Amino acid sequence: MSSITLTGDRVRPVLRRGSRHRSWRSRLVVLSFMAPALIGLAVFLGYPLAAAVYFSFTRFSLLNPPEFVGLDNWKYLFSDPLVGQAAYNTLWLTVVMVPARMLAALLTAMLLNAMKRARGLYRVLFYLPALAPPVTSTIAFVLLLKPQTGPVDAFLRTLGIDGPRWFNDPAWAKPALVLLALWGVGDLMIIFVAALLDVPVEQHEAAALDGANAFQRFRYVTLPAINPVIVFAAITGVIGTLQYFTQAAVAASVASNQVTGGGGVSGTFGYPENSMLTYPMWLYTEGFRYNLFGYANVMAVVLFVVSMTVTVVLLKRFRTFIGGDR
Amino acid sequence: MNTQRTQPKRFLVFVARHAIAIALAFMFLAPVLFLLLTSFMTSDQTFTSDLWPHSWHPENYAAVFAKTPLLKYLGNTVLYACLSTGFMLLSSIPAAYGLAKLRWRGRGLTMTLIICMMMLPAQVTTVPLYMLWASAHLTGTLWPLILPMLCGDAFSIFLLRQFLVTIPDDYLDAARMDGCGEWRTLLRVVLPMARPGIAATAMFSFFFAWNDYYGPLLYTSENDDHWTISLALASFRSLHHVEWHLVSAATLITMVPVITLFFLAQKAFVQGVTLTGVKG
Repeated sequence: MSSITLTGDRVRPVLRRGSRHRSWRSRLVVLSFMAPALIGLAVFLGYPLAAAVYFSFTRFSLLNPPEFVGLDNWKYLFSDPLVGQAAYNTLWLTVVMVPARMLAALLTAMLLNAMKRARGLYRVLFYLPALAPPVTSTIAFVLLLKPQTGPVDAFLRTLGIDGPRWFNDPAWAKPALVLLALWGVGDLMIIFVAALLDVPVEQHEAAALDGANAFQRFRYVTLPAINPVIVFAAITGVIGTLQYFTQAAVAASVASNQVTGGGGVSGTFGYPENSMLTYPMWLYTEGFRYNLFGYANVMAVVLFVVSMTVTVVLLKRFRTFIGGDR
Repeated sequence: MNTQRTQPKRFLVFVARHAIAIALAFMFLAPVLFLLLTSFMTSDQTFTSDLWPHSWHPENYAAVFAKTPLLKYLGNTVLYACLSTGFMLLSSIPAAYGLAKLRWRGRGLTMTLIICMMMLPAQVTTVPLYMLWASAHLTGTLWPLILPMLCGDAFSIFLLRQFLVTIPDDYLDAARMDGCGEWRTLLRVVLPMARPGIAATAMFSFFFAWNDYYGPLLYTSENDDHWTISLALASFRSLHHVEWHLVSAATLITMVPVITLFFLAQKAFVQGVTLTGVKG
C-alpha cells in the first residue's frame, strides 16, 4: 500500500504536469465544440426556467417591472374560471390522441410490411399528409368537415346520416382534432415500419412452428421486440400533445368565421364554447392578451413540472434509446 | 393438396390487403385533392357541396398573389427557414460531434440537459424569453426565432449525435494518427460520412421553421410586415372575407416547397425519421 503511494508520489509530478497540460488543452478543444450549445443551454433553458419560477411570484407586464406579490398568482390558479377547462381539454386530447395515433401508426405499418407489391408507393402516399404544414392541414380539415357544404357532410347525407357539426359543435370539436391528428400519422408510421422490420424473423418462425397463431405471435414476439419504440412514441406523443396549440387555434379561428384583426387571433381561442381551448392556448391568452405575465408563469411552471414528470418517469427506459455508452 | 388450398386463400389475402391499402391511400389523399379542386372553383361554388369545379379557374392562383402580400410572406418564411437551418448546422454539428465522439467530464449531464430541452414544451419558457427579446427590441421581427439557432437546437443536436454515434471510431482514430486535430477530423473525415444525417436534420429544421405557427404568432402577430406564410394563412380568411377558393390555392402553394424538398431527398429524410425513433 505504502509502496504504491511512494511510487505514485515519485511519478506524479511528471505525470501531473503532462496530464494537466493535456487536459487543459483537451478541455479547450471540447469547449470549442460545445461552447455555443452550452451557452444555449444556459440562456434558453436555465435562465428562462429560473426566471419563470421567480416571475410566478411577481406581478408585472411589459411596461411595469416585476413586483413581488408572494403567492397571489398561485392562489389565482384555483379561482381561474377557465384553467380547469383548458387542462381538461389538453388531458382529453392526450388520453385519446396519443393512443389513437400509436394504434393507427402500428396498424398501417403492419399492413405496409405485409405488402410485397407497391410497398414503397403506399408508404409515400400514407406519409405525405404528415408533411403538410399544420396550418394547411387544419384549414383543409375545417373545409372538409364544414357543415352543409363540406364533402364529408354531403357524403354522410347520401348515407342518410345527419352528420355532426364537427368544429362547430363543442361535443365534436375535439374528435375532429383527433381525425386531423390521425390523418398526419405518417411520421409515426415510418418509425414503426422500421421497428417492425427489425423484429427477428427466426423468432416468428420458431413461434409459428410451436403452433402460435398470428395473434399470439404478435403478442409474444412482435410487441416485446418493438417495446422501446412504443415507449418512445408514448413519451414524444404526450409531450407533443401537452403543447398542442396550432391546430386548435387555427381550427377555432377558421371555423368560427368571425372577422378578427391581425393581432387579435386569440380572440377566437377555444371556439366553440371553449371546447378547443388547450392549456398552452390559455397560458398564451393570460400572458399576451390579458398581460398577466406573472400568472402565465405560474401556468408555465405547472406545465414544466407535468412534462418533466412524464419524461423522468420514462427516462430509464429512454436511456437505452439514447445509446449504449452512457 | 396443401399448396392448392393455400393458393386461392393467398390471393384473397392479397386482394384484401390491397383493397385496404387503396382505401387508406384515398383517405390520406382526399383532403389534398379536395383543396386542389376547391382552388380551381369560383368563389360562389365553394359555398355549394358540388365537388367538381363547374368551370376551371387557374387564374385563382394569380389572384392570390395579386390580392394578398403572399410573396412577402413567402419571402419572410424562406428567410426564417433558411437562416435558422444554416445557423443550426453551424452550431449543432460541432456540439453533436462533441457529444458523440469526444470524451469529457459532464458529457452525460450535458446530454441529459439537451434531452430535457428537447422535451420542454415551448410555452414553458415563452414569457421570460419574450421579455428577453423585448429588452433587445427584437420583438415584432423573426429574429427571436432565428438567432437562438446560433446556440444550437436541442432536437437537431440530439438527432445529429444519433447519426455520428453510428460512425465507427476507427476512422476517427486513423485521422488522429495522421495528425489531424479534432476540428480537422470533423471537417475532413466525419462530415463527408455524415452527409445523409446532416441532410435529414437540415430538412427537419427547415420544415419546422416553414410550418411554425406558434413562434411567428408570438413575436410578429402585431407586425404583418414580418408574418410568415403559416401565420398569414391562419389570418387570411379574416382579411379578405371568406374566399375559400383563394384560401385553398394559398394553402396548396404553402405545401409545394415542402413536398418538393421531400421528393428530392426522400431517402435521407425517411432514414432521419426512422432514426428519431429507432435506436432501441
